[in-house]
Amino acid sequence: MAAFLALGCTDATKGQELPKPVKVHQEQGYKLPVYDYEHFKPFLKVTDTDVVRVINFWATWCKPCLAELPAFEALQANYKDKQVEVILVSLDFPDQVKERLIPFILKKQLKSKVLLLDDPHGDVWIPQVSEEWSGAIPATIILTSEEYRFYERSFEYPALEHELLSLKSNFND
Amino acid sequence: MKSLKILVVLTLLLVVSAFAFTQIDTFESGYAVGDVATDFKLKNVDGNVVSLSDFDKAKGFIVVFTCNTCPFAMANEDRILDLDKEFKAKGYPVIAINPNNPEVQPGDSFEAMQERAREKGFTFPYLFDENQEIYPQYGATKTPHVYLLQKEGESLLVRYIGAIDDSVRDEATVTKRFVADAVQALLAGKPVEPSNTKAIGCSIKA
Repeated sequence: MAAFLALGCTDATKGQELPKPVKVHQEQGYKLPVYDYEHFKPFLKVTDTDVVRVINFWATWCKPCLAELPAFEALQANYKDKQVEVILVSLDFPDQVKERLIPFILKKQLKSKVLLLDDPHGDVWIPQVSEEWSGAIPATIILTSEEYRFYERSFEYPALEHELLSLKSNFND
Repeated sequence: MKSLKILVVLTLLLVVSAFAFTQIDTFESGYAVGDVATDFKLKNVDGNVVSLSDFDKAKGFIVVFTCNTCPFAMANEDRILDLDKEFKAKGYPVIAINPNNPEVQPGDSFEAMQERAREKGFTFPYLFDENQEIYPQYGATKTPHVYLLQKEGESLLVRYIGAIDDSVRDEATVTKRFVADAVQALLAGKPVEPSNTKAIGCSIKA
């Protein structure tokens, strides 16, 4: 319970309170928040006009997802001080969180925020993320208070950064 | 000489752009419900070549793009077996197709398919889309991805596209069996509702 509360407050980025998870998995000192779609939904809206949020849907069992993770990590490293939030939304099997997902996060020393989206009824929530989404991963959303762009594709760093900059080019202002 | 160079460059540009458009076409093509589906000739795990036209008595087909390696596909193998068991005798056999390129995903080689079919005791053809030509025609993007086809005269009409049920990951939390309900509707001469559904899956490895 303490972990739950602490997470709800201290993870707020740039003064923006992040949505509360339905539970938190703790393993080897790592805390992984778990959301169902209803609780996850607020991530898909940005109110702060300075913030760009990059949401990547992935899983440890998805090869092309792992191939593009370094690009998202690099984006996080290069733009974290410029109001860019990278969120890695894992669609791993809930029963593999302890043995697989958290050890993977620790081994790769992922710096981006990772959460588990545990909601079996994809037919309900996939079209809410985007009507364009077939459900294949990897998939990515880049959103600001003004725009919401969905991509069902893999990224390498230059293309990912290009998309970010095409949404918000005034990082130095 | 200069004009020749320009001509060569222009021709190249034309060829390249034509190629680019073809690529986009291929990417965005694919069936919608109501479209006529193509037949195919693909190698089965038993070594025989299988076409939908081989099945004289079938009323239609449950075509499932699936593979050996995607955990979401694997989580559905028993459900695919159940669909075949339930509907083959009623005229709707399962036809499974592996669309993945084994050079990208070695676990989806033809030999690995044979092994998987043996291990799981597949009662349906498990075909290899070796040239990766069939899945783009259908518009499949992931595994598992289902296309329910119904025979109408000489044609095969697409009646349903999407997920096997409403909980791809975990059979225990299924509340709606989309494909089973769709086949039942066709057997009863009723419209299929819903005819399009979505689920998380592994992108097809091209």
